[in-house]
Amino acid sequence: MAEFWDVVRLTLVVTGLALAISAALGIPLGVLLARSRFFGRGLVVAALYTGMGFPPVVIGLVVYLLLSRSGPLGFLGWLFTPSSMIVAQIVICLPVVAGLTMAAAEAVDPELALQLRSLGATPAQEARALLREVQPGVLAALLAGFGAIISEVGAAMLVGGNIDGQTRVLSTAVVLETRRGNFGLALALGGALLTLAFVVNALFLRFQVAPRRMG
Amino acid sequence: MTMESVYRIRALRKTYGRSWSLTIDALDIRRGETLAVVGPTGSGKSTLLRLLHFLEPADAGTLEFEDHSVAFPVPVELRRRITMVFQRPLLLRGSVLDNIRIGLRLRGQHEAGREAEILKSLGIGHLAHEKAFPLSGGEAQRVAVARALAIGSPVLLLDEPTAHLDPAHILVIERIIRSLREDSGTTIVIVTHNLLQARRLADRVALLLEGQLIEEAETARFFDHPADPRTAAFLRGDLVW
Repeated sequence: MAEFWDVVRLTLVVTGLALAISAALGIPLGVLLARSRFFGRGLVVAALYTGMGFPPVVIGLVVYLLLSRSGPLGFLGWLFTPSSMIVAQIVICLPVVAGLTMAAAEAVDPELALQLRSLGATPAQEARALLREVQPGVLAALLAGFGAIISEVGAAMLVGGNIDGQTRVLSTAVVLETRRGNFGLALALGGALLTLAFVVNALFLRFQVAPRRMG
Repeated sequence: MTMESVYRIRALRKTYGRSWSLTIDALDIRRGETLAVVGPTGSGKSTLLRLLHFLEPADAGTLEFEDHSVAFPVPVELRRRITMVFQRPLLLRGSVLDNIRIGLRLRGQHEAGREAEILKSLGIGHLAHEKAFPLSGGEAQRVAVARALAIGSPVLLLDEPTAHLDPAHILVIERIIRSLREDSGTTIVIVTHNLLQARRLADRVALLLEGQLIEEAETARFFDHPADPRTAAFLRGDLVW
């Protein structure tokens, strides 16, 4: 039982950190891409959209090669640790968060900023109000990013190694128990994964229906 | 600048793209008056309002507002003396009441004011707690007007404020505009395609054609004895652009 909770805890830590870092980088990147026009923007956007559909197992392979002992980042010693899993999940999650945030920010009427200025908003108030308008789209982006990494197996298996007590998360544990023929346990772990995803999604949506009032 | 002028415009120019520009050689807007700006689509009426609200800088010339020579970045305190109702009523997420209160909240005033009374006067009191997004065009337009009225700025810029409204509600808005001028001394600049509305509301009327200020005059003189043949042609309904 203690092992089970260790797996759940590690799943939450790895996914939570990867999502938080992806959000910290991806939300500003998405807003910036939506609001700016520069040479090569189309290429950046195309790369972002490609990243949204990139196979996680290939991302895992690339991260594996980068972090392996002979790889350029091998000196970090992160391979087969939770750190490598977080890195791989960021690479999977970041394009999803940035791409969907960009789409949400582009959907906000550009005249709304002028409207807010007209109503007496300072630049800081204007930015906060615009972010509030984008909030549902950003939450959807975070949910999609979370969904992409919570259940991901290929990259987690490749760079984490599914080591008992160290890098085993719910998705890799399901694969392991299925291979062992412990279908009951595999189903229970799958159920736990679904429950976890449901609870986190419900919490996100709770934020969406209770927007903060502007001050 | 005379004491009674709120705005003083001299040789103002705003250019878009390579060819189109708004040019106003001289225009004074007096405190407490209602100035109607008329002209065909694309003549620069909305651009003029954006310049008067300091939402974008002019490329040349001078714009003075209440003894201040306007230079960018414009202090937010100066911009807050003016409120504008845009041609397209853009509302924010939240309830109608949230939208009405936003201007006051941005100014740090959180206590309830005259919002309920304003909503009622516009015939949308029953929508106060409804979400702002499923509103019809006419309702959204009235919410946008109410949002501006709640702030109570001394200068009000209105860009086609009755464009989406039925005749009864047009008269309601016009009555409110008249009472603002008469009771509060609000300076009002209204852009309208409706010449009858301009005649009903304005102390003076200005005509813009292709970015040029053709004529501005007292309302009766503008309509009955226009000085410029292009004004006369515009009032006849001829294609003068």
